Amino acid sequence: MTYTFDFGAVLDRAPELLWGSLGTLGLALAGMLLALVIGILGVVARTSKSEITRTLVIVFVEVVRNTPFLVQIFFIYFALPLMGIRLNPTVTAIIALGINGGAYAIEIIRGGVESVSRGQIEAGFALGLHKADVFRLIVLKPALRAIYPSLTSQFIMLTLTTSVCTSIAAYELTSAAQRIESDTFRSFEVYFTVTAIYLVISTLMMGLFALISRHYFNYPTR
Amino acid sequence: MGPIGENEFFFLMQGLKWTVLLAIVGFIGGGIFGILIALLRTSKTKVARRITAGYIGVFQGTPLLMQLFVVYYGVALLGIEVNAWIAVAIAFTLHASAFLGEIWRGSIEAVPKGQTEAANALGLHYVSRMKDVILPQALKISMPATIGFLVQLIKGTSLAAIVGFIELTRAGQIISNQTYRPLLVFGIVGAIYFIICWPLSHAGSGLEKRMAKAAR
Repeated sequence: MTYTFDFGAVLDRAPELLWGSLGTLGLALAGMLLALVIGILGVVARTSKSEITRTLVIVFVEVVRNTPFLVQIFFIYFALPLMGIRLNPTVTAIIALGINGGAYAIEIIRGGVESVSRGQIEAGFALGLHKADVFRLIVLKPALRAIYPSLTSQFIMLTLTTSVCTSIAAYELTSAAQRIESDTFRSFEVYFTVTAIYLVISTLMMGLFALISRHYFNYPTR
Repeated sequence: MGPIGENEFFFLMQGLKWTVLLAIVGFIGGGIFGILIALLRTSKTKVARRITAGYIGVFQGTPLLMQLFVVYYGVALLGIEVNAWIAVAIAFTLHASAFLGEIWRGSIEAVPKGQTEAANALGLHYVSRMKDVILPQALKISMPATIGFLVQLIKGTSLAAIVGFIELTRAGQIISNQTYRPLLVFGIVGAIYFIICWPLSHAGSGLEKRMAKAAR
Protein backbone atom coordinates (compact mmCIF):
# COMPACT_ATOMS: atom_id res chain seq x y z
CA MET A 1 0.00 0.00 0.00
CA THR A 2 1.37 3.39 -0.88
CA TYR A 3 -0.09 6.53 0.51
CA THR A 4 0.12 9.91 -1.21
CA PHE A 5 0.32 12.78 1.20
CA ASP A 6 -1.92 15.70 0.42
CA PHE A 7 -1.13 18.69 2.57
CA GLY A 8 -2.82 20.92 -0.04
CA ALA A 9 -6.23 19.90 1.29
CA VAL A 10 -5.14 21.15 4.72
CA LEU A 11 -3.43 24.32 3.53
CA ASP A 12 -6.64 25.28 1.71
CA ARG A 13 -8.15 25.69 5.16
CA ALA A 14 -5.33 27.93 6.43
CA PRO A 15 -7.68 30.75 7.53
CA GLU A 16 -9.55 28.32 9.78
CA LEU A 17 -6.26 27.15 11.29
CA LEU A 18 -5.24 30.75 11.89
CA TRP A 19 -8.51 31.57 13.65
CA GLY A 20 -8.21 28.35 15.61
CA SER A 21 -4.71 29.34 16.72
CA LEU A 22 -6.00 32.72 17.87
CA GLY A 23 -8.76 30.90 19.74
CA THR A 24 -6.13 28.73 21.44
CA LEU A 25 -4.06 31.79 22.40
CA GLY A 26 -7.17 33.52 23.73
CA LEU A 27 -8.17 30.47 25.80
CA ALA A 28 -4.62 30.14 27.12
CA LEU A 29 -4.30 33.82 28.03
CA ALA A 30 -7.69 34.00 29.75
CA GLY A 31 -7.00 30.69 31.51
CA MET A 32 -3.61 31.96 32.74
CA LEU A 33 -5.08 35.19 34.13
CA LEU A 34 -7.84 33.30 35.94
CA ALA A 35 -5.26 30.79 37.21
CA LEU A 36 -3.10 33.62 38.53
CA VAL A 37 -6.06 35.21 40.35
CA ILE A 38 -7.08 31.84 41.85
CA GLY A 39 -3.44 31.18 42.73
CA ILE A 40 -2.99 34.45 44.64
CA LEU A 41 -6.39 34.19 46.38
CA GLY A 42 -5.62 30.57 47.25
CA VAL A 43 -2.27 31.43 48.82
CA VAL A 44 -3.90 34.18 50.89
CA ALA A 45 -6.72 31.81 51.92
CA ARG A 46 -4.16 29.15 52.85
CA THR A 47 -2.68 31.46 55.51
CA SER A 48 -6.17 32.26 56.85
CA LYS A 49 -6.92 31.96 60.58
CA SER A 50 -9.89 29.68 59.93
CA GLU A 51 -8.89 26.05 59.78
CA ILE A 52 -11.84 25.21 57.51
CA THR A 53 -10.66 27.70 54.86
CA ARG A 54 -7.12 26.34 54.98
CA THR A 55 -8.34 22.74 54.68
CA LEU A 56 -10.63 23.65 51.78
CA VAL A 57 -7.71 25.13 49.86
CA ILE A 58 -5.59 22.02 50.46
CA VAL A 59 -8.45 19.72 49.37
CA PHE A 60 -9.02 21.86 46.25
CA VAL A 61 -5.34 21.68 45.28
CA GLU A 62 -5.07 17.92 45.90
CA VAL A 63 -8.30 17.05 44.05
CA VAL A 64 -7.44 19.13 41.00
CA ARG A 65 -3.85 17.92 40.82
CA ASN A 66 -4.77 14.25 41.14
CA THR A 67 -7.59 13.99 38.59
CA PRO A 68 -7.39 14.33 34.78
CA PHE A 69 -8.26 17.67 33.18
CA LEU A 70 -10.65 15.88 30.80
CA VAL A 71 -12.74 14.63 33.74
CA GLN A 72 -12.64 18.10 35.33
CA ILE A 73 -13.84 19.83 32.18
CA PHE A 74 -16.70 17.32 31.72
CA PHE A 75 -17.70 17.76 35.35
CA ILE A 76 -17.73 21.56 35.10
CA TYR A 77 -19.47 21.43 31.71
CA PHE A 78 -22.37 19.46 33.21
CA ALA A 79 -22.32 21.06 36.67
CA LEU A 80 -22.69 24.71 35.62
CA PRO A 81 -26.11 24.30 33.91
CA LEU A 82 -27.40 22.42 36.98
CA MET A 83 -26.41 25.46 39.04
CA GLY A 84 -28.48 27.56 36.65
CA ILE A 85 -25.41 29.02 34.90
CA ARG A 86 -25.60 28.79 31.12
CA LEU A 87 -22.37 29.65 29.35
CA ASN A 88 -21.01 28.89 25.92
CA PRO A 89 -18.39 26.11 25.69
CA THR A 90 -15.49 28.53 25.27
CA VAL A 91 -16.25 30.37 28.52
CA THR A 92 -16.75 27.02 30.28
CA ALA A 93 -13.35 25.95 28.95
CA ILE A 94 -11.72 29.13 30.35
CA ILE A 95 -13.23 28.42 33.77
CA ALA A 96 -11.97 24.81 33.67
CA LEU A 97 -8.49 25.93 32.57
CA GLY A 98 -8.41 28.62 35.27
CA ILE A 99 -9.41 26.15 37.98
CA ASN A 100 -6.88 23.57 36.81
CA GLY A 101 -4.04 26.08 36.41
CA GLY A 102 -5.06 27.81 39.64
CA ALA A 103 -4.46 24.70 41.75
CA TYR A 104 -0.91 24.39 40.38
CA ALA A 105 -0.37 28.16 40.75
CA ILE A 106 -1.30 27.99 44.46
CA GLU A 107 1.44 25.44 45.10
CA ILE A 108 4.02 27.35 43.05
CA ILE A 109 3.29 30.77 44.59
CA ARG A 110 3.19 29.31 48.11
CA GLY A 111 6.63 27.82 47.56
CA GLY A 112 7.95 31.21 46.43
CA VAL A 113 6.52 33.11 49.39
CA GLU A 114 7.86 30.51 51.82
CA SER A 115 11.32 30.74 50.25
CA VAL A 116 11.74 34.29 51.63
CA SER A 117 13.38 33.82 55.01
CA ARG A 118 12.12 35.65 58.09
CA GLY A 119 15.64 36.87 58.84
CA GLN A 120 15.69 38.93 55.63
CA ILE A 121 12.40 40.61 56.53
CA GLU A 122 13.67 41.40 60.01
CA ALA A 123 16.90 42.72 58.53
CA GLY A 124 14.83 45.00 56.29
CA PHE A 125 13.00 46.47 59.27
CA ALA A 126 16.29 46.80 61.17
CA LEU A 127 17.65 48.88 58.29
CA GLY A 128 14.68 51.22 58.77
CA LEU A 129 12.72 50.32 55.63
CA HIS A 130 9.00 51.03 55.54
CA LYS A 131 6.55 48.13 55.66
CA ALA A 132 5.61 48.72 51.99
CA ASP A 133 9.27 48.75 50.97
CA VAL A 134 9.97 45.57 52.90
CA PHE A 135 7.11 43.86 51.11
CA ARG A 136 8.05 45.19 47.68
CA LEU A 137 11.84 44.78 47.85
CA ILE A 138 12.37 41.89 50.22
CA VAL A 139 9.29 39.70 49.82
CA LEU A 140 7.74 40.36 46.41
CA LYS A 141 10.76 40.81 44.13
CA PRO A 142 12.73 37.71 45.18
CA ALA A 143 9.53 35.64 45.45
CA LEU A 144 8.47 36.68 41.95
CA ARG A 145 11.84 35.73 40.60
CA ALA A 146 11.81 32.42 42.46
CA ILE A 147 8.39 31.38 41.11
CA TYR A 148 8.82 32.79 37.58
CA PRO A 149 10.40 29.69 35.95
CA SER A 150 7.89 27.18 37.38
CA LEU A 151 4.93 29.49 36.85
CA THR A 152 5.77 30.18 33.20
CA SER A 153 6.43 26.52 32.39
CA GLN A 154 3.09 25.75 34.05
CA PHE A 155 1.51 28.37 31.76
CA ILE A 156 3.02 26.71 28.69
CA MET A 157 1.61 23.38 29.88
CA LEU A 158 -1.77 25.08 30.32
CA THR A 159 -1.55 26.35 26.74
CA LEU A 160 -0.95 22.80 25.49
CA THR A 161 -3.81 21.57 27.68
CA THR A 162 -6.24 23.89 25.85
CA SER A 163 -6.33 21.23 23.10
CA VAL A 164 -8.41 19.03 25.43
CA CYS A 165 -11.13 21.73 25.37
CA THR A 166 -12.13 20.34 21.97
CA SER A 167 -14.03 17.66 23.94
CA ILE A 168 -16.71 20.23 24.86
CA ALA A 169 -16.44 21.91 21.42
CA ALA A 170 -14.76 25.09 22.62
CA TYR A 171 -13.41 27.32 19.87
CA GLU A 172 -9.72 26.55 19.45
CA LEU A 173 -7.11 24.91 17.20
CA THR A 174 -7.82 21.22 17.90
CA SER A 175 -11.55 21.58 17.26
CA ALA A 176 -10.71 23.40 14.00
CA ALA A 177 -8.46 20.44 13.12
CA GLN A 178 -11.24 17.96 13.84
CA ARG A 179 -13.64 19.91 11.62
CA ILE A 180 -11.11 19.95 8.76
CA GLU A 181 -10.43 16.24 9.28
CA SER A 182 -14.09 15.28 9.01
CA ASP A 183 -14.40 17.32 5.78
CA THR A 184 -11.21 16.19 4.05
CA PHE A 185 -10.45 12.76 5.61
CA ARG A 186 -6.78 13.82 5.60
CA SER A 187 -6.36 12.84 9.26
CA PHE A 188 -2.60 12.48 9.38
CA GLU A 189 -1.88 15.64 7.39
CA VAL A 190 -4.27 17.73 9.51
CA TYR A 191 -2.94 16.59 12.87
CA PHE A 192 0.68 16.75 11.72
CA THR A 193 0.22 20.37 10.62
CA VAL A 194 -1.63 21.34 13.78
CA THR A 195 1.01 19.66 15.97
CA ALA A 196 3.61 21.80 14.21
CA ILE A 197 1.53 24.93 14.91
CA TYR A 198 1.37 24.03 18.61
CA LEU A 199 5.14 23.57 18.61
CA VAL A 200 5.57 27.05 17.11
CA ILE A 201 3.17 28.56 19.68
CA SER A 202 4.89 26.95 22.67
CA THR A 203 8.37 27.79 21.35
CA LEU A 204 7.40 31.44 20.84
CA MET A 205 5.92 31.56 24.34
CA MET A 206 9.09 30.09 25.83
CA GLY A 207 11.14 32.71 23.99
CA LEU A 208 8.86 35.51 25.16
CA PHE A 209 8.97 34.34 28.79
CA ALA A 210 12.78 34.10 28.62
CA LEU A 211 12.97 37.63 27.18
CA ILE A 212 10.75 39.03 29.94
CA SER A 213 12.83 37.22 32.54
CA ARG A 214 16.06 38.69 31.18
CA HIS A 215 14.64 42.22 31.35
CA TYR A 216 12.85 42.14 34.68
CA PHE A 217 14.81 39.66 36.75
CA ASN A 218 18.37 40.83 36.13
CA TYR A 219 18.87 41.77 39.77
CA PRO A 220 20.62 39.56 42.31
CA THR A 221 18.44 37.81 44.91
CA ARG A 222 20.99 37.04 47.56
CA MET B 1 -32.51 9.09 34.44
CA GLY B 2 -31.23 5.58 34.85
CA PRO B 3 -29.80 4.04 37.97
CA ILE B 4 -26.10 3.39 38.46
CA GLY B 5 -26.11 -0.28 39.33
CA GLU B 6 -23.86 -3.26 39.31
CA ASN B 7 -23.57 -3.38 35.49
CA GLU B 8 -22.52 0.25 35.23
CA PHE B 9 -19.97 -0.18 37.96
CA PHE B 10 -18.61 -3.29 36.29
CA PHE B 11 -18.29 -1.36 33.01
CA LEU B 12 -16.32 1.37 34.79
CA MET B 13 -14.03 -1.27 36.30
CA GLN B 14 -13.44 -2.68 32.80
CA GLY B 15 -12.43 0.84 31.74
CA LEU B 16 -10.20 1.16 34.78
CA LYS B 17 -8.40 -2.02 33.76
CA TRP B 18 -7.44 -0.43 30.42
CA THR B 19 -6.41 2.83 32.11
CA VAL B 20 -4.06 0.94 34.43
CA LEU B 21 -2.72 -1.26 31.61
CA LEU B 22 -2.07 1.76 29.37
CA ALA B 23 -0.26 3.57 32.17
CA ILE B 24 1.87 0.51 32.99
CA VAL B 25 2.77 -0.18 29.36
CA GLY B 26 3.54 3.51 28.75
CA PHE B 27 5.64 3.73 31.89
CA ILE B 28 7.66 0.56 31.27
CA GLY B 29 8.10 1.17 27.52
CA GLY B 30 8.82 4.84 28.16
CA GLY B 31 11.26 3.87 30.91
CA ILE B 32 13.27 1.59 28.61
CA PHE B 33 13.49 4.15 25.80
CA GLY B 34 13.79 6.95 28.35
CA ILE B 35 17.06 5.57 29.73
CA LEU B 36 18.39 5.40 26.18
CA ILE B 37 17.34 9.01 25.54
CA ALA B 38 18.90 10.16 28.82
CA LEU B 39 22.20 8.40 28.03
CA LEU B 40 22.33 9.85 24.51
CA ARG B 41 21.38 13.28 25.85
CA THR B 42 24.37 13.18 28.23
CA SER B 43 26.77 11.46 25.81
CA LYS B 44 29.96 12.96 24.40
CA THR B 45 28.64 12.88 20.82
CA LYS B 46 27.24 16.25 19.83
CA VAL B 47 24.89 14.83 17.16
CA ALA B 48 23.32 12.43 19.66
CA ARG B 49 22.83 15.26 22.16
CA ARG B 50 21.25 17.49 19.50
CA ILE B 51 18.87 14.82 18.17
CA THR B 52 17.65 13.76 21.61
CA ALA B 53 17.25 17.41 22.64
CA GLY B 54 15.04 17.91 19.59
CA TYR B 55 13.05 14.76 20.36
CA ILE B 56 12.43 15.90 23.93
CA GLY B 57 11.59 19.43 22.77
CA VAL B 58 8.96 18.22 20.31
CA PHE B 59 7.19 16.04 22.89
CA GLN B 60 7.34 18.71 25.59
CA GLY B 61 6.23 21.46 23.21
CA THR B 62 3.13 19.83 21.74
CA PRO B 63 -0.12 18.67 23.37
CA LEU B 64 -0.33 15.00 24.34
CA LEU B 65 -3.67 14.85 22.52
CA MET B 66 -1.99 15.84 19.23
CA GLN B 67 0.75 13.26 19.81
CA LEU B 68 -1.98 10.64 20.20
CA PHE B 69 -3.70 11.71 16.98
CA VAL B 70 -0.49 11.87 14.91
CA VAL B 71 0.78 8.47 16.10
CA TYR B 72 -2.70 6.92 15.81
CA TYR B 73 -3.11 7.95 12.17
CA GLY B 74 0.62 7.77 11.39
CA VAL B 75 0.87 4.10 12.37
CA ALA B 76 -2.07 3.33 10.06
CA LEU B 77 -0.22 5.01 7.17
CA LEU B 78 2.77 2.73 7.60
CA GLY B 79 0.55 0.01 6.19
CA ILE B 80 0.74 -2.17 9.27
CA GLU B 81 -2.55 -3.52 10.55
CA VAL B 82 -2.59 -2.58 14.21
CA ASN B 83 -5.51 -2.21 16.52
CA ALA B 84 -6.31 0.96 18.43
CA TRP B 85 -4.81 -0.43 21.64
CA ILE B 86 -1.35 -0.87 20.12
CA ALA B 87 -1.40 2.52 18.41
CA VAL B 88 -2.35 4.27 21.66
CA ALA B 89 0.25 2.26 23.61
CA ILE B 90 2.96 3.32 21.13
CA ALA B 91 1.94 6.97 21.52
CA PHE B 92 2.14 6.84 25.33
CA THR B 93 5.47 5.01 25.17
CA LEU B 94 7.00 7.71 22.94
CA HIS B 95 5.52 10.48 25.11
CA ALA B 96 6.81 8.91 28.33
CA SER B 97 10.27 8.23 26.86
CA ALA B 98 10.76 11.94 26.12
CA PHE B 99 9.63 13.13 29.56
CA LEU B 100 11.46 10.40 31.50
CA GLY B 101 14.53 10.96 29.31
CA GLU B 102 14.57 14.63 30.30
CA ILE B 103 13.99 13.87 34.00
CA TRP B 104 16.78 11.29 34.04
CA ARG B 105 19.15 13.55 32.08
CA GLY B 106 18.78 16.04 34.91
CA SER B 107 19.43 13.36 37.53
CA ILE B 108 22.50 12.03 35.71
CA GLU B 109 23.89 15.57 35.60
CA ALA B 110 23.03 16.05 39.27
CA VAL B 111 25.35 13.22 40.31
CA PRO B 112 28.53 14.96 41.54
CA LYS B 113 31.26 15.14 38.91
CA GLY B 114 33.74 13.59 41.36
CA GLN B 115 31.90 10.29 40.99
CA THR B 116 32.63 10.16 37.25
CA GLU B 117 36.23 11.20 37.83
CA ALA B 118 36.69 8.59 40.55
CA ALA B 119 35.18 5.90 38.29
CA ASN B 120 37.57 6.95 35.53
CA ALA B 121 40.51 6.91 37.91
CA LEU B 122 39.55 3.37 38.91
CA GLY B 123 39.74 2.43 35.26
CA LEU B 124 36.03 1.65 34.84
CA HIS B 125 34.83 1.72 31.24
CA TYR B 126 31.65 3.53 30.15
CA VAL B 127 29.15 0.69 30.69
CA SER B 128 30.38 -0.14 34.17
CA ARG B 129 30.72 3.52 35.11
CA MET B 130 27.11 4.16 34.16
CA LYS B 131 25.59 0.88 35.38
CA ASP B 132 27.44 0.59 38.68
CA VAL B 133 28.27 4.16 39.66
CA ILE B 134 26.21 6.91 38.01
CA LEU B 135 22.77 5.41 37.23
CA PRO B 136 22.07 3.96 40.70
CA GLN B 137 22.70 7.39 42.25
CA ALA B 138 20.80 9.18 39.46
CA LEU B 139 17.83 6.84 39.94
CA LYS B 140 17.62 7.78 43.59
CA ILE B 141 17.80 11.50 42.82
CA SER B 142 15.12 11.15 40.15
CA MET B 143 12.56 9.28 42.25
CA PRO B 144 10.30 12.23 43.23
CA ALA B 145 10.17 13.58 39.66
CA THR B 146 9.69 10.09 38.20
CA ILE B 147 6.74 9.41 40.49
CA GLY B 148 5.37 12.86 39.64
CA PHE B 149 5.52 11.98 35.96
CA LEU B 150 3.81 8.63 36.58
CA VAL B 151 0.87 10.57 38.03
CA GLN B 152 0.88 12.83 34.93
CA LEU B 153 0.90 9.72 32.73
CA ILE B 154 -2.02 8.07 34.54
CA LYS B 155 -4.05 11.28 34.16
CA GLY B 156 -2.86 11.56 30.56
CA THR B 157 -4.28 8.16 29.60
CA SER B 158 -7.73 9.78 29.90
CA LEU B 159 -7.01 11.51 26.56
CA ALA B 160 -7.17 8.13 24.83
CA ALA B 161 -10.93 8.59 25.33
CA ILE B 162 -10.94 11.37 22.70
CA VAL B 163 -9.32 9.01 20.18
CA GLY B 164 -12.17 6.58 20.93
CA PHE B 165 -10.32 4.10 23.12
CA ILE B 166 -12.56 2.80 25.92
CA GLU B 167 -10.66 3.39 29.14
CA LEU B 168 -11.99 4.80 32.41
CA THR B 169 -12.98 8.27 31.18
CA ARG B 170 -14.58 6.99 27.95
CA ALA B 171 -16.44 4.34 29.96
CA GLY B 172 -17.69 7.16 32.18
CA GLN B 173 -18.83 9.15 29.13
CA ILE B 174 -20.76 6.17 27.79
CA ILE B 175 -22.49 5.52 31.11
CA SER B 176 -23.20 9.21 31.55
CA ASN B 177 -24.92 9.25 28.14
CA GLN B 178 -26.97 6.18 29.05
CA THR B 179 -28.04 7.19 32.53
CA TYR B 180 -28.19 11.00 32.20
CA ARG B 181 -26.35 11.37 35.50
CA PRO B 182 -23.16 13.14 34.38
CA LEU B 183 -22.25 14.63 37.75
CA LEU B 184 -22.56 11.36 39.63
CA VAL B 185 -20.70 9.41 36.95
CA PHE B 186 -17.85 11.89 36.47
CA GLY B 187 -17.71 12.32 40.24
CA ILE B 188 -17.13 8.57 40.60
CA VAL B 189 -14.65 8.54 37.71
CA GLY B 190 -12.74 11.47 39.23
CA ALA B 191 -12.72 9.75 42.63
CA ILE B 192 -11.23 6.59 41.09
CA TYR B 193 -8.41 8.58 39.49
CA PHE B 194 -7.87 10.37 42.80
CA ILE B 195 -7.64 7.11 44.73
CA ILE B 196 -4.90 5.95 42.35
CA CYS B 197 -2.99 9.22 41.92
CA TRP B 198 -3.12 10.79 45.38
CA PRO B 199 -1.11 8.11 47.24
CA LEU B 200 1.52 8.29 44.49
CA SER B 201 1.70 12.09 44.65
CA HIS B 202 1.89 11.88 48.42
CA ALA B 203 4.70 9.32 48.31
CA GLY B 204 6.57 11.43 45.76
CA SER B 205 6.42 14.67 47.74
CA GLY B 206 7.22 12.80 50.98
CA LEU B 207 10.33 11.37 49.35
CA GLU B 208 11.29 14.81 48.06
CA LYS B 209 11.02 16.33 51.55
CA ARG B 210 13.05 13.55 53.10
CA MET B 211 15.75 13.87 50.45
CA ALA B 212 15.86 17.65 50.87
CA LYS B 213 16.34 17.18 54.61
CA ALA B 214 19.06 14.57 54.07
CA ALA B 215 20.89 16.89 51.69
CA ARG B 216 21.03 19.71 54.24
